[in-house]
Amino acid sequence: MSAPANPLTTRLEGPAPEAQVTRHMLRRGVFAVPVLVAIAGFVWGSDGALGCLYGTALVFVNFALAAGLISLTARISLALMMGAVLFGYLLRLGIIFLAVILVRDAAWVSLPALGFTIITTHLGLLFWELRHVSATLAYPGLKPQPNPPRKTISDIRMRKRTSKGRES
Amino acid sequence: MEALAKIVAKATEVAVDPAAAKNEAAAASAGYAYGLAAIGPGIGIGYLVGKAVEAMARQPEAAGMVRTTMFLGIAFTEALALIGFVVFILLKFA
Repeated sequence: MSAPANPLTTRLEGPAPEAQVTRHMLRRGVFAVPVLVAIAGFVWGSDGALGCLYGTALVFVNFALAAGLISLTARISLALMMGAVLFGYLLRLGIIFLAVILVRDAAWVSLPALGFTIITTHLGLLFWELRHVSATLAYPGLKPQPNPPRKTISDIRMRKRTSKGRES
Repeated sequence: MEALAKIVAKATEVAVDPAAAKNEAAAASAGYAYGLAAIGPGIGIGYLVGKAVEAMARQPEAAGMVRTTMFLGIAFTEALALIGFVVFILLKFA
């Protein structure tokens, strides 16, 4: 029987799937922001639109910080990663709390819009991402995208010849 | 009669403004909402990460997949705390 693995000394090297997943989510989020801002602006006015932008930025920072902490500490030790996730949870909640405290009396932010955006963006991006996450050992992060057929030099020459033939 | 007058005077003294009482109740409710909503996800994230670390230490070749699942699990569990936090914001500040 092999010796039990020690999380204190075990570390993970290689690519960080959570960073890849987060980058993917942020890229999708950037496309979703105008829609959310339009909805919030329609319901709560300009304060709502600004609150929505602020909330989206908070969610993006939250995701990026979570992924950064995990990928950084996983390269050092699994036990450190566990500690970083647990204390990172408190840290991230604290950051959101501070961010809200800073703008609670500001006239340019609508708090209901901010709350709506935090929940909607967080859950929406996660559910959207679930469709693209791979659950196999072969592809630890995202599912592989079907590659478009690569153009070879002979394909390009053939296309040029056919276009010249059409012109003549 | 004198004693009764004293009791009435005391009661009038400590009687609180209904608006202030409402604010106090809202603040207390907001605190309970945030605090209670953070307990569950805290336990959930601890359990989730503990099990994921155990899985990665046992099977390092599956670490990539476990990390992806763990990250999404953390984010979903955290969403519960965020919902509690939004309720807190709305009760306290809005």
